[in-house]
Amino acid sequence: MVSFTMNKRYCSGDMPNKIILHTLFYFMIGLLFFLPPLCARDYDYINVTNPFLKKTPLAVTDFKTFNGHEQEIEIGKTAIAILKEALDFTGYLKTMNPVAFLSNPAESGIQLGEINFRDWTGIGAELLITGGIIEAQGKITLKLRLFDTFNAKLLVGKIYTGPQSQVREMIHLFCSEISYQLTGKWGIFNSKIAFVSTVNGKKEIFSCDFDGQNIKQITTHKTISLSPSWSSDGKWLAYVSYAKGKPDIFIKNLEENRGSIIDHKGMNISPDWMPGQQKLAAALSFSGDQEIYLLTIKGEIIKRITNSLGIDVSPDFSPDGKKIVFSSKRSGTPQIYIKDLESESLIRATFKGNHNTSPAWSPDGRKIAYVGIENNSIDIFVMNIDTGIPVQLTMNEGDNEDPSWSPDGSMLVFTSTRDGNVPRIFVMNASGSEPRRLLQLKGKQTQPDWSLPK
Amino acid sequence: MKNRVWINLVMAILVAGLFLTVSCAKKTIVSDATTIEDQEKAKLEADAIAKAAADAKTEADRIAQQNLEDQMAREKAQKDAQILAAKKRFQYEDIYFEYDSSELNDESKTGLIEKAAWLKGNNSTIISIEGHCDERGTTEYNLALGDRRANTVKSYLVNLGVSASRLKTISYGEEMPKDPGKTESAYKSNRRAHFAID
Repeated sequence: MVSFTMNKRYCSGDMPNKIILHTLFYFMIGLLFFLPPLCARDYDYINVTNPFLKKTPLAVTDFKTFNGHEQEIEIGKTAIAILKEALDFTGYLKTMNPVAFLSNPAESGIQLGEINFRDWTGIGAELLITGGIIEAQGKITLKLRLFDTFNAKLLVGKIYTGPQSQVREMIHLFCSEISYQLTGKWGIFNSKIAFVSTVNGKKEIFSCDFDGQNIKQITTHKTISLSPSWSSDGKWLAYVSYAKGKPDIFIKNLEENRGSIIDHKGMNISPDWMPGQQKLAAALSFSGDQEIYLLTIKGEIIKRITNSLGIDVSPDFSPDGKKIVFSSKRSGTPQIYIKDLESESLIRATFKGNHNTSPAWSPDGRKIAYVGIENNSIDIFVMNIDTGIPVQLTMNEGDNEDPSWSPDGSMLVFTSTRDGNVPRIFVMNASGSEPRRLLQLKGKQTQPDWSLPK
Repeated sequence: MKNRVWINLVMAILVAGLFLTVSCAKKTIVSDATTIEDQEKAKLEADAIAKAAADAKTEADRIAQQNLEDQMAREKAQKDAQILAAKKRFQYEDIYFEYDSSELNDESKTGLIEKAAWLKGNNSTIISIEGHCDERGTTEYNLALGDRRANTVKSYLVNLGVSASRLKTISYGEEMPKDPGKTESAYKSNRRAHFAID
């Protein structure tokens, strides 16, 4: 393109300014084509939101045991199991069967220079993890490395030290580093999922790790509790409870024993935290009409966000906190709308179907997941905001509700009745592939909310 | 000696006569005694009849009294039952809605006119109007829909002259279905406004 303009310059020769402008223009266009891949090449090995994503094969080798005693070997095995489980949980990595491995870095060496990468590229391993473990007086040290086998390059090298009880946490920290290297995002490994469960009788709020492990009961109101929502820093949880006789919003600090209750007259429901702020959006009906308000954590009204006759409910902030997506019945049927908080401009986002609710804004800000009801069938859809085209992610598998994005946007957690007609929590890849049950708890599990990583 | 025989014979006859006379006189007396007995019996019988009559009258009075009391109790029970039935009807007869709607149809309005009448006749009661939904639709949307249903019912009752201060509203969304089934008829019975007396 640049050479073409040069030719033109020789031909005409009389308008140098315009030619320079032309040259600059084409140069800029050229930059547009070349720059993004150049910038991204550093770490964007994997685009986690690509629906046609092929899983990258990864070899996790045995850990080198530095002292070689029984306990060290055992903890090493546990650590490997946690590591493989976490990596396989992602929708983009696949750990390989060790039977195929041609060499054993636990014996031949775990560092760059000690590894024969052809042993790994030869069996199709694009990524390799080596590890070392030292156990001394109850203290564990893990030396973990991730290699790019085709480029014979160290991508991540980390040393973690801590008590044996924190091995799971150390492994997940390493997984977050892997995620950041491969996808440019910190991933899901240090995130939590809050949900509603009837496992102990009444609906109470619970939380678990990203993989369904480490389940903890958060509320004991012994009544109906609903709609948990994490604050950006993961320290606060907002939820709805009938503990005071009607639906009110409870704000709870999970680290210190403090909180507040938002209990305006009428209902106080569907809380969502403003990103990075101690503010919430929620639907209140004290005016007689269900409207969305911006509130302080004490429940003081900062701003009324919606003003239309009919139901306005389920607000969800854009990742930059500048917009809110919500459900509204203002046009006669419930549809999804987006409101800009500053300019107050409003757009209707859904036009297909007669019942679209429960929107969830994707972490990259480009998509909205929501629930659509057609012919009595309740399913999850994802819509690209720019094109407005919805894609149905669940189909003919019971009722599917409450979508919530994983913090890296690679997955969605949701409620489904596909398993025995009882609502249970599932995760699937953002493209709708590989749906799998997250928890094996008894009773009904609903309304999952995925936190940001800590 | 022949004379002695005659005398003895006469004597014997006389004695026999005497005996007979005596027996005759005695018989009269016996007859009198019988009369007295009969009179006494008659008197006793008369007394018994009189007493029976008196008793019967007392019994009749008692029965009449009892009947009266029974009837009063019956009437009271009937009235109580009617009041209770009206109260039960107020509490247990729900107002129904169409799918995804908080509008009142003619049947719902008729039901609410009866509710308003009961409320006006029971001035001291304070009630909660609960809005419920079927399970279709999301938890949060249904909470809002239930809130709207309860508010619509409240407004209608206020328009019929019931004081707003006696009417509380609460939404339960899809949390407390009347029928947990997944049929159209279950959904229909779950889309309701329910009345609870505080």
